[in-house]
Parts: sequence; C-alpha cells; structure tokens
Amino acid sequence: MNPLIPLFVAVPLAGAFLTMIFGKFVKNLNRYIGLIVLLFLAIISYYSIVTVSGTVSVYKVGGWEPINGIPIGIYMVMDSLTAILLCIINTIGLLAVFYSFTYISQYTSENYFYALFCLMVAGMNGVVLSGDLFNIYVFLEISAISSYALVAFGVEREQLEATFKYQVLGGLASLLILLGIGFIYWKAKTLNLADIKVALGSAPEKIHYLLVQMLLLSGFGLKAAIIPFHAWLPDAHSSAPSPISAMLSGVLIKAAGIYVILRLFFNMFIISEEVAILITTLGALSMAVGVFLAIGQWDIKRLLAYHSISQMGYVVMSVGVGMILVARNTKPEVASLAIAGGLFHLINHAAFKSLLFLNAGAIEYRIGTRNLQEMGGLSQFMPATSSTSFVASMAISGIPPFNGFFSKLIIIIAAIMAKFYLLALIAVIVSIITLASFMKFQRYAFYNKEVQKDEKSPKEVPFPMVASMVTLGILCLLLSLLVLPQVRDIVLKPAIDILMNSQMYISPILGM
Amino acid sequence: MKGMTLIVKKTTQLIAGIVFLYGIYIIVHGHLTPGGGFAGGVIVAGSFILLILAYGSDFMHLTREETGSTITENLGILLALMIALAGMITGIKVFFFNWLPHGTVGELVSAGVIPLYNIFVGMEVAASILTIFLALLIFKEEVTKW
Repeated sequence: MNPLIPLFVAVPLAGAFLTMIFGKFVKNLNRYIGLIVLLFLAIISYYSIVTVSGTVSVYKVGGWEPINGIPIGIYMVMDSLTAILLCIINTIGLLAVFYSFTYISQYTSENYFYALFCLMVAGMNGVVLSGDLFNIYVFLEISAISSYALVAFGVEREQLEATFKYQVLGGLASLLILLGIGFIYWKAKTLNLADIKVALGSAPEKIHYLLVQMLLLSGFGLKAAIIPFHAWLPDAHSSAPSPISAMLSGVLIKAAGIYVILRLFFNMFIISEEVAILITTLGALSMAVGVFLAIGQWDIKRLLAYHSISQMGYVVMSVGVGMILVARNTKPEVASLAIAGGLFHLINHAAFKSLLFLNAGAIEYRIGTRNLQEMGGLSQFMPATSSTSFVASMAISGIPPFNGFFSKLIIIIAAIMAKFYLLALIAVIVSIITLASFMKFQRYAFYNKEVQKDEKSPKEVPFPMVASMVTLGILCLLLSLLVLPQVRDIVLKPAIDILMNSQMYISPILGM
Repeated sequence: MKGMTLIVKKTTQLIAGIVFLYGIYIIVHGHLTPGGGFAGGVIVAGSFILLILAYGSDFMHLTREETGSTITENLGILLALMIALAGMITGIKVFFFNWLPHGTVGELVSAGVIPLYNIFVGMEVAASILTIFLALLIFKEEVTKW
C-alpha cells in the first residue's frame, strides 16, 4: 500500500495542532509550520500525479482486509482524478500560505489562521482521497467548519453576516447529504463507493434511486454553488480574507462540490439520461446567470465571486454533455473530449481565479477599498499586481495564449460535436460578457485616471505577495501546455478513463 | 460571574470529585463497556464546569485558563494522531494499525492501542468542551465590562 496516501491527511492535521501548541510561545513559528506542511504536501502531490498514471491504488486504513469480498474498513483511494485535485489543492494552498505571510499580519491571532488553514487543507485532501461516502461527509464537515471560521476571520459586521449565511446554507447542504447517505445505506447496506455500485445492482429501484440522486445533487450542488444553490457564495467569498477567498473559490468549491459530483455520478451511480440533462441544464444556467449577476458589480471581490459561479457552470455543463453521451452510449470520443474540457477548465479556473482573488487582496492591502469606483491609475504604482491581474483577466475571458482559451475552446468544440449548438452559443456569449466585465475591472482599477506620483501614492505590495501572484501568473501561461497531446495523455487521459469506465475504479477496490 | 449560595457550593464540592472519577471510569473502560473517550470526556468537562458555575469565575484568570485548556486539547489530539502514525512504522506498516499486543478479551489492559485512543480522545474532548465554556464566559465578561 502506498504510504503517501494517509500522509495527505495526517501531516496537515499534525501541522494544525502543532501550531496551536507552540505558536503561542515561538514568534512566527506558525507561518513556517504552515509553509513547510504545504510545501511537503505539494511535493508529494506532484510525485503522486507522476507515479499514479492510470493505476488505482487503494489504502486500507488500519489494515482491515475485506471479509468475503465485502470491504469493511475505511478505504482511501488514489487515482488520476484524485491526483489532479490533490495537485490543485496543495499548490494553491502553498501559494496562499506564502501570500498570507504579510497579508495576515494585519489581523490579530495569526495562530488560529494557520491552524484553521491546515485543517481546511486536511479536510479537502480527505474528501478527494476518501473511498467511502461517510468519510467524504466527515472530511467535508472538517473543511466546511474551518472555512466558516476563516470567512469570519475579520470579525466585522459584514463578515459575520456572510459567515452566518454560509453556515446556514452549508448546514442545509450537510443535512441533505447525510439524508442521502442514509437512504443509500438503507438499501445498499454498505457505504463504500465501489461496493454501493455493486450492491444497488444494474436495475435499481427507480424512485429510491432518483430520490438519492436528487438529495446528493442538491447537497453537493450547494457546496459547489451551482445556480439555484448559489446564494451564500458571493457574500462568503467576498468578505473572507483574500488568501482564503482564493482557497474557497479556487479550491473548496471544486474539491467539496464538483469533484464529489463527478465521482458519485460517474463512478457510483449508473448514469441516466434525465439526470445528465438536469446537470447540463444547471451548468448552463449557472454559466449564463452568474455572468449577468457579475457584470453589474462594483465590489471587486463580489464580481470575482459571481464569476466563480459562471466558470463553474462551464465545468458542470461540459461534464454534463459528456454524461448525456455516456448515458446514450454514443460517440465515446466526443464524451471524453467534453469531460476533458471540463476537467481542463477546472484546473485552469483554480489558477486564474486564485490569482484574481490574490490581486484583489493586494489592491485592498494597499488602498483599503474594494470598490472599483474609488480606485484608478494603479498600474503605475503596482506594476506586478497590474500585470498579473491582466494575465488572469485574459485567461478567464479566454484570450489566447492563456490557459482559459484552450479549455473554453475544447468545451465549445465538444458541445458542437455533440450537436448541442445552443449550449455552444451560450458558452461563446458568456465568454464575451466575461471579457467585457474584466475589461471593466482592468480599466477602473488600473487605468482610467492619471494620478500624480507622490509620497502618499500606494506602493507595490511586499515580496511574499508578489511572489505568489507571479507564480500563479506563470502557471496561467504554463497550463496551456495541457492542450498538447503528450502532456494531456499523462495528466488528463487517465482521469477521463476512470470517469468513463467505472469498472476501472471498482475492480481494484473490490479486488475483482 | 458571581458564585452561588453556600449550600450549592458545599454540594458541588462533594459531587464534583465523584463526577470526575466517573468520567475517568467511562474513559478507561471505553473498550469494555458502552461509552469511551467522547462520553467520558464530556463528563470530566462537566465536573469542571459544575465547579465554575457554583463558585463563580471572579477568582479565575480566565484567559490563562483558556490558554491551558487549548494546549491540553491540542496535545491530546496530537498524541492520538502520533499513535495512529506510529502504526505506519510497526507491524504491517499501516496508518491506524493496532500495534500493541491485544491481550485477553474483557480485561482492563487489553485491545492494544484502543484504550490509549480513548484516553487521548477523552483528554481532547474534556479540554475542548471546557475551552468552549471558558470562551463563552470570557465573551460574557467582556460584554458586561463595556
């Protein structure tokens, strides 16, 4: 068994507890613990993505072997999809921690920040690694509860209101998920994802199956903020401290929402066409509505938060198209292209949206406002922030040669090849509106005004913040390489195969 | 916070120790009888909270106590994690492996590392519930001070 798998959860947990014990006595120890933990996790996640390549490695916690072919212990499963998500979580986490070095020093109680940050990372790593439904729920709660606390980190009126809303809707999501898990356990008598698929059989009881699917879809949809369930996201993501907004928007909604939806609906349930159409519709809806809600915003972080909804819509829509084709059992190559587009956009969105939130944090750090109308002419004072945010804006609006262009192109091509012309049209229009809204962001924040340079004018942000932003900016450019067939075959192809063919996921777990 | 009357104080004095011992009993018999780390930890925390409620918190240094309970809490859970990680270097080298000898079923010292998990989880739960209580108390003191 691969000994790295439990370390993804154990190391950040240990980091969090060590921070709380020693952080009070040794100055600045907390930030170095956070950095070392995330650096270690990032390195082992890169190692995993290189070594995993199409295999599924199963880790039986406590060494509990299956009895009569029935898995009884806790299973942690690492496959290519998991490895991709682990890379996203830990890379963005590492950069966000490094960014926090200076950003969080303006708040009090830094200890709690780094401890909660490590706990959140542990929870997300646990969600993507977990091989059974109940542990997904447990780790989901770890990451969700620490993110509630982190959203309220500033303890201002606005933050408390946002976190309250987030907690109520997050609690509702957990309730729906737990209810769904209960219903599954009632029929299947097991909680292991692979075993549930086998236990429910090829002809499940229709009403029960549909009820469970709807409960889980709405529960995880709330976590992923797909459109009818999105109400908490703009408040929570805009009032959190910026590195946390980057983590929430760049990582949490993917690891706790989209990833679980993908895993459950491809690998645990038998895909039915009506559910696939529902998921595609929800995706298209969030894509279109999200961008229209975004364009009128004047608060930078609210604007970015609404764009998260819209960009996640692309991912869900594209994956939904793949699901429809898999359910109809036609054109497998188009289905795999659609899923590839979705996953590619998921990776890209993590890079550019985290970068945009870090940019917003840098602006707020220097001039103390998030309102676009109150800023202007910042490009001459903050060249690094300005140029990286330009890269990210171009990437999110889909301008070549940045990564967003290629993933949107693949999504649109896949939609056309699957003969969903309307979806392709919506995707193009949404992309144009996204461009318009980021033009607005660029113009009002960085150009627009001619301001005379004097000693009162804002300076460039300190080194840790610049370094994180520049790294993410380079990543935005480098991730375009995923479009090359050689790179795609290593990273994306095995993950798509696992999703398309759930037998590949089930057999290694049940040892068939 | 003010304390209560002499009758309450005296009764609490008599009861608190018994409650504490009962919590310890539940924790160490976790692998034999119903209950365990969580249930016992709550009872142990209850004995402390009972004393604070009866005697009031005026003579306590609340923030110092809270620091102490936070550290105990984190130490407890860190030790539990260390035992789980120790499974990765002994025996069949698996996370959460039960690496101590299992002993005879039904005896107090048996079941390998399970009693140790119970003890550390009990420590963690007792300290964390006390921390929550103290945090609420500190919050209340601050509000009344304004």
